[in-house]
Amino acid sequence: MDYAIEMKGITKTFPGVVANDKVTFNVAEGEIHALLGENGAGKSTLMSILFGAYNADSGSIRIHGKDVEIKDPNVATELGIGMVHQHFKLVHNYTVTENIVLGMEPKNRFGILNIGSAEKEVARLSEKYRLEVDPKALIENITVGAQQRVEILKTLYRNANIIIFDEPTAVLTPQEIDELMEILIRLKEEGKTIVLITHKLKEIIAVADRCTVLRRGKGIGTVNVADVTEQDLAEMMVGRTVDFNIDKAPPQVGDVVLSVQNLFVKDEVGHLQVKDFSIEVHSGEIVGIAGVDGNGQRELLYGLSGLSPVESGSIYLDGVDITNMTIRQRIELGLGHIPEDRQKHGLVSEFTIAENSILKNYYKEPYSNKYGLLNQKSMEEDATSLIEQFDIRAGRGAFTEAGSLSGGNQQKAIVAREINLSPHVLLIAQPTRGLDVGAIEYIRHRIIAERDKGRAILLISFELDEIMNLCDQIATISKGSIVGMFKQGEIDEREIGMMMAGSQTEGGTT
Amino acid sequence: MSTMLNKDSLPNRLLRSDAVVSIFVVVLGFLFGTILVAVVGKNPLNMYKAIFQSLSGYNIDNGKMNVRYVGETLSYSVPFILTGLAMAFAARAGLFNIGGEGQYIMGMTVAQVIALLGPQIPTLHWILAIAGAVLIGALWGGIVGVLKAKYEVSEVVSTIMLNYVALYLSRIICLRLPGATTYKTANYPETALINNPFFQKITNGSMLNNGLFMMIIAVVVYWFIMEKTNLGFGLRATGFNKEAARCSGIPVVRSIAISMAIAGAFAGLAGGVVALGSFKYGRVLAGMDNYGFNGIAVALVGNNTAGGTMLAGLLFGMLKNAQSLMQGKQIPKEITFIIQGLIVVFIALRSGVAIYLAWLNKRQLQKEVLTK
Amino acid sequence: MSAIIKMIPSVLMIVSPILITAVGGMISEKSGVVNIALEGLMGLGAMAAASAHVLMEATGIGGISVWLALAIGALVGMAFSTIHAVAAINLNADQTISGTGINLLADGVTVFVAQLLFSTDRTREFRMGMQTDGIGIYPTAYIAIVVVLLAWFILYKLPFGMHLRACGEQPHAADSVGINVRLIRYIAVLTSGLLAGLAGGCIVLTQTIQYTSNTINGRGFIALAAVSFGRWRPVGVTFAAFLFGTAQAFTIIANNFPSLKALPTEVFNIFPYIITLVALVVFSGKNYAPLANGRPYIKGAS
Repeated sequence: MDYAIEMKGITKTFPGVVANDKVTFNVAEGEIHALLGENGAGKSTLMSILFGAYNADSGSIRIHGKDVEIKDPNVATELGIGMVHQHFKLVHNYTVTENIVLGMEPKNRFGILNIGSAEKEVARLSEKYRLEVDPKALIENITVGAQQRVEILKTLYRNANIIIFDEPTAVLTPQEIDELMEILIRLKEEGKTIVLITHKLKEIIAVADRCTVLRRGKGIGTVNVADVTEQDLAEMMVGRTVDFNIDKAPPQVGDVVLSVQNLFVKDEVGHLQVKDFSIEVHSGEIVGIAGVDGNGQRELLYGLSGLSPVESGSIYLDGVDITNMTIRQRIELGLGHIPEDRQKHGLVSEFTIAENSILKNYYKEPYSNKYGLLNQKSMEEDATSLIEQFDIRAGRGAFTEAGSLSGGNQQKAIVAREINLSPHVLLIAQPTRGLDVGAIEYIRHRIIAERDKGRAILLISFELDEIMNLCDQIATISKGSIVGMFKQGEIDEREIGMMMAGSQTEGGTT
Repeated sequence: MSTMLNKDSLPNRLLRSDAVVSIFVVVLGFLFGTILVAVVGKNPLNMYKAIFQSLSGYNIDNGKMNVRYVGETLSYSVPFILTGLAMAFAARAGLFNIGGEGQYIMGMTVAQVIALLGPQIPTLHWILAIAGAVLIGALWGGIVGVLKAKYEVSEVVSTIMLNYVALYLSRIICLRLPGATTYKTANYPETALINNPFFQKITNGSMLNNGLFMMIIAVVVYWFIMEKTNLGFGLRATGFNKEAARCSGIPVVRSIAISMAIAGAFAGLAGGVVALGSFKYGRVLAGMDNYGFNGIAVALVGNNTAGGTMLAGLLFGMLKNAQSLMQGKQIPKEITFIIQGLIVVFIALRSGVAIYLAWLNKRQLQKEVLTK
Repeated sequence: MSAIIKMIPSVLMIVSPILITAVGGMISEKSGVVNIALEGLMGLGAMAAASAHVLMEATGIGGISVWLALAIGALVGMAFSTIHAVAAINLNADQTISGTGINLLADGVTVFVAQLLFSTDRTREFRMGMQTDGIGIYPTAYIAIVVVLLAWFILYKLPFGMHLRACGEQPHAADSVGINVRLIRYIAVLTSGLLAGLAGGCIVLTQTIQYTSNTINGRGFIALAAVSFGRWRPVGVTFAAFLFGTAQAFTIIANNFPSLKALPTEVFNIFPYIITLVALVVFSGKNYAPLANGRPYIKGAS
């Protein structure tokens, strides 16, 4: 076998963490090779080393049979290695063309930028590889799928023949995922070597030739994809048997707790993102909103929680109109919120677990007396009991700084706090993002448990599996409005995918 | 997935202690100052003798002891500590209050106005004057808070603008006070002064006055609000992570405005104390006293805590008192400004310490992994 | 009307240093580094230029001493800005604190050096500063125009400018295509120091006869406000600098209008600062700031 990439004994450490521990990784010429592992297994780090973004502490790399030292991305680019990043590295207010040629701009003989010729080259590449983009569009105005195509074109502009894709499907609709898979196969036919970093087993089975598995920084093994099942891959990834199914009793549905009517919400820039949105959530059920990132989910939650003002429409909680109430008022009326961004909205990293657990009710008895004095002791006692109940691993108990907890434990702390407030309705966004399998299982079971206690739960997630397994009712959101509403089991993934992409079930193009 | 380094080795713990870093930074500042003095051909020893004398009253050169210097040092520290609290309180809420100077000036001005025009009733007179100083300081700070919270105007620029507005406004007002000349007004009535005859006696005629008590009360109030009340909890949360605080229902706009108002109140108090304690008449300002700006350095060295600010303020008070002594020994008094500026720059490099620590950790980890 | 035309040279004289500094601030912030130290850097430049000029004047070197003095002022500003560059770029320091520290430092250093050189807290008065040209306009106005045009050209017409702007918006994107973010930010900060020092020299050589601690008086901060009010674009910043500079020139302008002469000078002194405040409130343009402005660039944390 001729190898395009041979990485041997790669080790890379960061403060407090061994990201790669003597990893070996070999990719054959012209194959699609998947790199599989949980969040935090070290896949991105390994490929960042290949791309020159990081330098390994030790180990060796050979490209097309030649020993190389990849000091920075420029060297990687010269070697023909290109990377399509998970979090796109695009300048939001530059055009498609400017982003593609940044760093390698065509100039005229006085050294002045020649954007015109750049645009022509972009159009040519776009046609050759059938990657549709508008060379003059601003990045902030195009879809996520289009932005990804820009990232791919960046590598092709630089004549990459080895292209690394880092978790490319996290932000795509099922249709766009299919399109991407086709693009990968097309690139392979043009002779490119592809490395696909992912934790999505379905995609590996669909397009990859071989797969290498990483776990906790170490290489576990390489397999031929044709010889294995999803279950095999899952077990290699996690190190034990994994149960994908979630047991859940039928819902005991009660009265309407949350009622949203004709809601319109704008984003920070002033564009309408939520348009004429209406939904009802009853106690004892989980209503899920399925959709691809960027269709208004974020603004919907901001409007419901109070983080953003509402343009028009109304929100009722237990029959009370909370549309224009402050955040604190909503919390007091029983609105719970597990935010999408743990670090930004969920926790104050410099505060202890105890202080974080009373962020929403520190001004009430028993944490404060009527003169406004804090009661440290009751704060700490309650936090300690929560830590036990929710099995939060914290080095110094209630006094642990939230910032030092792992992602999973941070999320548990947030969930613990919210549940402890006995909310009538729980707004949950991306509850399992970035967590390892153990934490994911725990959180999902907790959500079902709260549902069984009679809480009304509104769940927003970009992971279609999560929505389809956890939710009793599923609504699909596209461009800010609901385009379909189904009970669990009434619809399959393919159909949901089409709704998410905005086409109607009757008379639309497939 | 990690092998954690032994984080509790002594050097690591020392580097992470903010107090140690502050002390280190101050020492470094003095070191540079010493070198600078030597480089320009003066004797650094004279600088230290002056500093020692200002702190203890003891003159090394002639063996004489004068307690007045101790009193003066304490007296000078009062406004430094108060303007330090002004900066520190806002900083804990996440704001950069460099408007201490303007808040101080407004406090001073109002105190002067009430002193000269207010009711000449014993005790009530100066209490009114001081209260006025505190309130106008709160207003001057509160404006900045509202501008930031509602209109997202950077407090860095708005405070500086208000500093200058305060200066000129003060001139306009004070030039119209009774008995005003180009640099002073008529003398205050007795009832408006805050001098303390007991202090004057035991410190051989220094300026130490009742401002000392006001400062101590202020420090306690600062600590109490920050650490023991709801308000302080909400402010600290806002200072660390404004968005998380907002998401948790904490009224962030109100918190920002309140914290700037309280911060301004401290600085206003400083102005009132200096006006009524250090002078027997009102002043028409020609330039800024700089207590407000120095308060920035005080808060940074004191790491925005009540106790730290007090100690740092004492340090600066001592340095200021030493200035005239230094001039007497041919050392330009500006060396103290340079030391203070260096200290602030070095404090900014505190994060450099964090980077160094991280690098140490990584080296250790690499050794562990490669020897397995 | 002729009264207004007569005011133009004075207005230009006052606007020019503010504009030069503001362009420097814009360049620095467009690369992602906030430079609050502009005030102090202007002071250092002014002090250096005044000292250099008065010393050279005594040696009878002639008219060229003004230009040498300006150059020295610019270089001194650039030299001190390296402190901020190292702190902000290499050590990921809080940019506001390090900038404030330099301002405090500048207060001390300028007077300290004056004491050493002239035994007093200000520079010795020089006899003749910069001369105006035939129509009464100081060369500093032309310098300012050249600076603005150069900045515009480099930022928007050359690859270097495109790289610089990317560093301020999305440094990770720039880094991923091999652009050296640190180096570019260094160049930007040092340029802002150079321009601030130059502007300080301009002030002292055209508007007064010596450097004192009141020479700069907040103009560095007004320049900073002009950057955000001008939405970080050359045209906007120029307009903003003119607005604020005109407000500052009011004391001079007022002399031409008898009705205004009666007001106390302090009212005119306050005017520019109030205008700046009002402008910032009415036109809060935070949404236009370069995305990565003020945030240290840490590799790998996206």
